[in-house]
Amino acid sequence: MRNLLHIRDLRISFNLPEGRLEAVRGVSFRVPAGRTVALVGESGSGKSVVSQAIMGILPRSASIDSGRILLNDPATSSQVIDIASLHPDSQAMRDIRGSRISIIFQEPMTSLSPVHSVGNQICEALHLHRKVSTAEGLSLATEMLRLVGFPDPAKAINTYPFELSGGLRQRAMIAMALVCRPALLIADEPTTALDVTIQAQILKLIKDLQSELGMAVLMITHDLGVVANVADEVVVMYHGEIMESGTLDDIFKAPAHPYLSALLRAVPRFHMKPGERLVPIREIKKRADGAFLAQKAEQAVSADPTILKVEGVTKKFTIRKSGLFGGGKESAVLAVDDVNLTVERGECLGLVGESGCGKTTLSKMIMRALTPDSGSITFTGGRPGDSETDVLALHDKALMNFRTQIQFVFQDPFSSLNPRMTVGEIIAEPLVIHGIGDAADRRKVVEELMGVVGLNRQHIRRYPHSFSGGQRQRIGIARALALRPQLLICDEPVSALDVSIQAQVLNLLKDLKKDLGLTYIFISHNLAVVDYIADRIAVMCQGRLVELAPRESLFRAPAHPYTKALLSAVPEPNPNQRLDLTALMQGRASDPTAWPAPFGIDGEHAMTMVDLGGGHQVRARADAAPELLLCRPQPVLQTSTKV
Amino acid sequence: MSDHNPRPGDPLQHYVNKAPFDPYRADTLTPEQERYYQASEWKIMWWKFRRHKLAVWSGAFLLMMYFAIAICEFLTPYNLHSRDTTHIYAPPQGLHLFHEGTFVGPFVYGYDFRLNMETLAREYVPNPDKIQKVRFFCSGDPYEFWGAIPGDVHLFCAAEGGTLYLFGTDRLGRDMFSRIIYGARISLTLAFIAVAISFVLGVIIGGAAGYYGGMVDAVVLRIIELIRSFPELPLFMTLSALLPVTWSPIGVFVGISVIIGFLDWPGLARAVRAKILSLREEDFTTAAQLMGASPSRIIGRHLLPSFTSHLIASLSLSVPTAILGETALSFLGIGLRPPVTSWGVLLNEAQNLNAVELYPWLLLPVVPLFLVVLAFNFLGDGLRDAADPYR
Amino acid sequence: MLSYFVRRLLVMIPTLLVISLVVFFIIQLPPGDFLETHIAELIAQGETVDSARIAFLREQYGLDKPMIEQYWVWLFGLLQGDLGYSFEFELPVGEVIGNRFWFTVLLAVATTIFTYIISFPIGIYSAVKQYSMSDYTVTLIGYFGLAMPNFLFALVLLHYANIWFGLSIGGLMDPRYIDAPWTLDKVISVINHLWIPMLVIGTSGTAAMIRRLRANMLDELQRQYVVTARAKGLSSTKIILKYPLRMALNPFIADIGMLLPQIVSGAALVSVVMDLPTNGPLLLRALQSQDMFLAGAFLMFEATLVVIGVFLSDVLLAMLDPRIRLGGASSK
Repeated sequence: MRNLLHIRDLRISFNLPEGRLEAVRGVSFRVPAGRTVALVGESGSGKSVVSQAIMGILPRSASIDSGRILLNDPATSSQVIDIASLHPDSQAMRDIRGSRISIIFQEPMTSLSPVHSVGNQICEALHLHRKVSTAEGLSLATEMLRLVGFPDPAKAINTYPFELSGGLRQRAMIAMALVCRPALLIADEPTTALDVTIQAQILKLIKDLQSELGMAVLMITHDLGVVANVADEVVVMYHGEIMESGTLDDIFKAPAHPYLSALLRAVPRFHMKPGERLVPIREIKKRADGAFLAQKAEQAVSADPTILKVEGVTKKFTIRKSGLFGGGKESAVLAVDDVNLTVERGECLGLVGESGCGKTTLSKMIMRALTPDSGSITFTGGRPGDSETDVLALHDKALMNFRTQIQFVFQDPFSSLNPRMTVGEIIAEPLVIHGIGDAADRRKVVEELMGVVGLNRQHIRRYPHSFSGGQRQRIGIARALALRPQLLICDEPVSALDVSIQAQVLNLLKDLKKDLGLTYIFISHNLAVVDYIADRIAVMCQGRLVELAPRESLFRAPAHPYTKALLSAVPEPNPNQRLDLTALMQGRASDPTAWPAPFGIDGEHAMTMVDLGGGHQVRARADAAPELLLCRPQPVLQTSTKV
Repeated sequence: MSDHNPRPGDPLQHYVNKAPFDPYRADTLTPEQERYYQASEWKIMWWKFRRHKLAVWSGAFLLMMYFAIAICEFLTPYNLHSRDTTHIYAPPQGLHLFHEGTFVGPFVYGYDFRLNMETLAREYVPNPDKIQKVRFFCSGDPYEFWGAIPGDVHLFCAAEGGTLYLFGTDRLGRDMFSRIIYGARISLTLAFIAVAISFVLGVIIGGAAGYYGGMVDAVVLRIIELIRSFPELPLFMTLSALLPVTWSPIGVFVGISVIIGFLDWPGLARAVRAKILSLREEDFTTAAQLMGASPSRIIGRHLLPSFTSHLIASLSLSVPTAILGETALSFLGIGLRPPVTSWGVLLNEAQNLNAVELYPWLLLPVVPLFLVVLAFNFLGDGLRDAADPYR
Repeated sequence: MLSYFVRRLLVMIPTLLVISLVVFFIIQLPPGDFLETHIAELIAQGETVDSARIAFLREQYGLDKPMIEQYWVWLFGLLQGDLGYSFEFELPVGEVIGNRFWFTVLLAVATTIFTYIISFPIGIYSAVKQYSMSDYTVTLIGYFGLAMPNFLFALVLLHYANIWFGLSIGGLMDPRYIDAPWTLDKVISVINHLWIPMLVIGTSGTAAMIRRLRANMLDELQRQYVVTARAKGLSSTKIILKYPLRMALNPFIADIGMLLPQIVSGAALVSVVMDLPTNGPLLLRALQSQDMFLAGAFLMFEATLVVIGVFLSDVLLAMLDPRIRLGGASSK
């Protein structure tokens, strides 16, 4: 077999305001024709820089210092071309770019021009590299759109990207990349921004197209689960160098480099042994001295085991189309529909669902950042003297007091910290707002908290931009802890982080929960992460709670078709457990009308949460309880849902 | 690293990097990174700003200008209203260093005056025998520094009994050079007051619109749209024509500042509003809200600091508009009135083609005006490019 | 699209109403009523006062009625094309103004086009070559007009046109055509005279346009879709022309709303210096003599011109941007 692409000792550096940065230091690997090579690494490993170098689209501040990028493509030239020696804007390079090598990016939202139609953008690539008439071009583009799975390609060709969903935009992007039938497709984190069920579909699509068009794929990803599902050969990068490379089996069955084996141990997976801990590549050096940890004893005295009760909460958003007289059409979106759940003191409730399922809206209502249209939320503090409080009726002082008991950890570690405040100011801010202590006290608390989350106390005067994503997330956690809350709502706290850092933060959250006696509501779209940290799991879809069960029952015996689809769509870092795409229902898993009876919503039958015993509830037709109970594969024996 | 790839077609060998592995390497920083990471917002902005060379030079020039207007009395050889009836409409006197090849130091040739009886034009001829050396740190016209401290020391002045009209004189024989520097004081101060007014209005109104949204926002937007539908200058003209004729020149000065400031805020308010709207969506604002922070704390601690740099940039772009606005009004004769002397008032004398042809030096106030306006624009551009390094 | 057009058209009505209210308020600001001042002046100058005529005018413009009613009279007059009465010229405002409105429109349109033609290439070029020597040079050229006061620029141009071409190019046409019927020669004469005010006013607007276009371009050049376009194999020139430029064009068109008031402003000033038969000089005179109906008519007219300009730019924008055209609520 021919090596389509051969990279030899490639070195690339950046000229940045903070100095010269060697992003790629002597990387060599090959991409055989027609096969898939996965280039794996965390952010900053230089994997995307390699892909940009292959495409000749490096940013202006970057330069190739040495090395060769050899393209051996008999379809266009009998000679081997060294891309590294071509000027990126030369005609020769432009003939290769987009024609023989194409690329798709992570963000389908921003990768397409918003003011040009999909057809226009696809045909453009075609006309650049091939002599075809306008009519021919249109028919080829339509054909390509059909190939990537657009339901109505003839219509899609005239749509604009903003009219398409994220999944369809990525499909359009793929169509654009493949319309010239390239020999190599570079997929730069093609599914990272997508929901799991859509990710699985896109991966399958790339795989199918690869065999149909006979092209090679260079898959660039940080997700070992994706690698295990698509790759033939794997190259692992860290800090601009290759740590290990080999066939899929070499990498997953006999990882030899400490980095790779550490990486594999850091990924949360299903079927972890009870009590098994993730091993982060870099452990947090925690210093848990001081008075901060002493608060657990104070909290433990409480009679009521329920800390939070959410009953019949509903929230509608009205979207108004721009009517200039205030009129215009109004359409309502049911963001949260009649959700009931309770959170027990000391547990971690996982809230799972895809983007737009209402999980964040629900959490914001619990925090009183949004007010529900109907329903009630009751919070019971665990400190002496605390009693049941109606969260929605709180005002002024009582609301301020409530704010100290419940805190929030944000998804985005970059936008959640004010870049103009030092770490010390950020962590102390809740104390300042609530007027706790004087400057010296606060400084002591801040230093303790930095120790608790494993940050270097010397960095107290630094600004957030000097920290990595994981460190920033820990700053956010320290800030949330400052008021000694009882309930912490974590909204996708690790989804923006690298795998190795993810393990760090997850372990930290786990330890803090134990040490401080905290209760968590942990929101995530990643079932493996939720599996690792949560005690009970609630699954949401389109604003509705569809299944609620203790962790073991949910993973052993999921009842709802949506839960099943979610579970089957998570790619596992294990080549022997490939994705089962039949459970994905051809991308209709999140469409309530496509669910089979008794789960489907048909508008005739009343829906309710059917109790399957052992704390396992599933949303189904009210009259379907007996048959659901019957077909449960194994009754769950746990007597208590409390942990 | 050497090339460990097999020949084409061979199965891939399992390669493992043998170099020692330090998992903490990703955390170690170079000294440059260290320096960058410890820098505050303003430091980073300064580093970015420095790249815009023109802006840096403009900034230096403006600093110099503002320093100069603080010490006009000392810098100028003559007072604002000193008249020399023997030198009416005298052209600029050239500054020389050498007389017939020998070094004398800075000096000017004195003028011989005669009236051209044919054209009735005044003619001034430099007389090579009248060598008038410029004096430095000399006593000249007595003045009251800032209207309070009496003094008579000037940086430089004419030789005893001689003249020093570097930029010529006007119809009353007043030194243009001195008048231009005094004019700078009025023009630059007025622009600053006007911009300060517009700044306060813009931040408060735009801030309220952005923060409260809803009705407030809608009303503010309508008002802004309304004010903006009026062409600026005709509106300036109309309003300043309404200033009572009985007002004192200082009153008019304040009145004009207020008018210019009052009509300039919509642009700023719009920028503030847009910025607040986007900042409101930032997680750190939500975080502060969830901690229970009051609106004033959120605005003061989180929102305002986040767009101060933008504000400064837009302010520096507002100043030249105000300067030009004042100049235009005074030029038309409906702005400032003598004895208050601004660049516009000076230019008022050069209103017709006749002046341009006969006494072109009357147009000289335009040179500093041009440079200052240009400098403010470059400075604003540089600031704008450097603003908000965390974008 | 049609509904957007109609809606946008309807919105102009309340805007114009409020503008008329503001204008009326402004022209009412000076103390006393105009006729009283006028009569006082006439008597002071020893001239006779035609009391019947004064009474007629009072009746006609409702000057003896309460403020609100006066406004209604004025407004209805406006709607019927009666702009009020110029007390200084003792003629209806409409007759005093004559063709001036149209010359103002002509000048504004010509200048707008000129500004766009100048600032467009400079803005793009300086964005693409950010921080280079050529960036500084073209920006400097673009900024020249901004820093140079319009009236002075006009004076200097007049002066040199006189010296170099022996041309007297004050006014908007050669004096001999002023009352002549429209002929080809007259049109040519207007064009010959038009370029100086166009140049003067236009250059003062270019700087702001250049700056905004440059900033927009710099933003757009960093977008991911530009990388996508590069990855397709498009050449840099084509990329710039097709993608970022296309996006930067939107705010550029929306800027007409900013540009028009500026041009009308500039026109007012330059016209005074160059003695153009546009609104400016007469407005200045009306203001100096407190002939408020005349001033009001000018203000009203110029604001209306701006409102219409903004309307046109909105419609153009809607036609260009599919996100507005297809009526989708913008989703990020």
